[in-house]
Amino acid sequence: MNVGLQALAVALGGGLAIGTAVVLLFVVHGRVFGVSGLANGILDGLSARRRDDLDWRVATLIGLVLGALVWTLVIQGSPAPRSGFPGWALVVGGLLVGAGTRLGSGCTSGHGVCGVARLSPRSIAATATFMATGIITVYLLRHALAVLP
Amino acid sequence: MIRSSTALGIGSVFGAGLAAGGMTDPRIVLGFLDVTGAWDPRLLLVMSGALLVSALGFRLTRRRGHSFLGGQLQLPTLHQLDPRLIGGAALFGVGWGVAGYCPGPGLAALAINPLEALLFVPAMLAGSWLAKRLAPG
Repeated sequence: MNVGLQALAVALGGGLAIGTAVVLLFVVHGRVFGVSGLANGILDGLSARRRDDLDWRVATLIGLVLGALVWTLVIQGSPAPRSGFPGWALVVGGLLVGAGTRLGSGCTSGHGVCGVARLSPRSIAATATFMATGIITVYLLRHALAVLP
Repeated sequence: MIRSSTALGIGSVFGAGLAAGGMTDPRIVLGFLDVTGAWDPRLLLVMSGALLVSALGFRLTRRRGHSFLGGQLQLPTLHQLDPRLIGGAALFGVGWGVAGYCPGPGLAALAINPLEALLFVPAMLAGSWLAKRLAPG
């Protein structure tokens, strides 16, 4: 590990900001801030032609993208993004993330932050599970098989 | 209109937090999952900060019945563990470890690393759609 103290402090600050957004979405909108749930809500709403919750869901995700973009461009001064990562891994990873979060009803935000914060047994179990399979996967792909950087 | 504006603002706080924590960079996320390599602790700090604030927030607001915009406060009601939950979470973790993106950072990559997002995001939406079609809950 060679991450500077300042980067660690900023990471903690980033977490505090994420927590603040989670609380605000709950207090102001009454909803859990789960990104996969928001995306699936949009996907399902569009395919069923239901428009009732489309507006705030789309706005939340647009805000997420804009907030990340502004921080990266303005505060960090646009560091070089990852390049040369194999396309097949992005496609396979995307398929598994999409299917897994649909079946498991949540991702890092909905289960990992909102659910664990509420001490939901389902979310604690889900978070322990995806952390474990994530760690095993990186070990296998990066070290045992050495097929990915 | 109010609903969309507040949601846009709240989403942008979340997105800025993700980027500040390094979570929009899959190299940092994979570094966290790489416990036998050069381990990167940033995801742990991001998660701790987020949990601290949200645990407090959920605790303080649990007696409120309604949100500021008037609707009911909605929380998941299931408590039972089942194979679908664990199997889904297991698959998600594998995908996370393969690509280095979970859904939030994957979407943020549309602006930060579009070359990667153009492969990851459509695949993620397709995976979700397929899972819903093939294994309806």
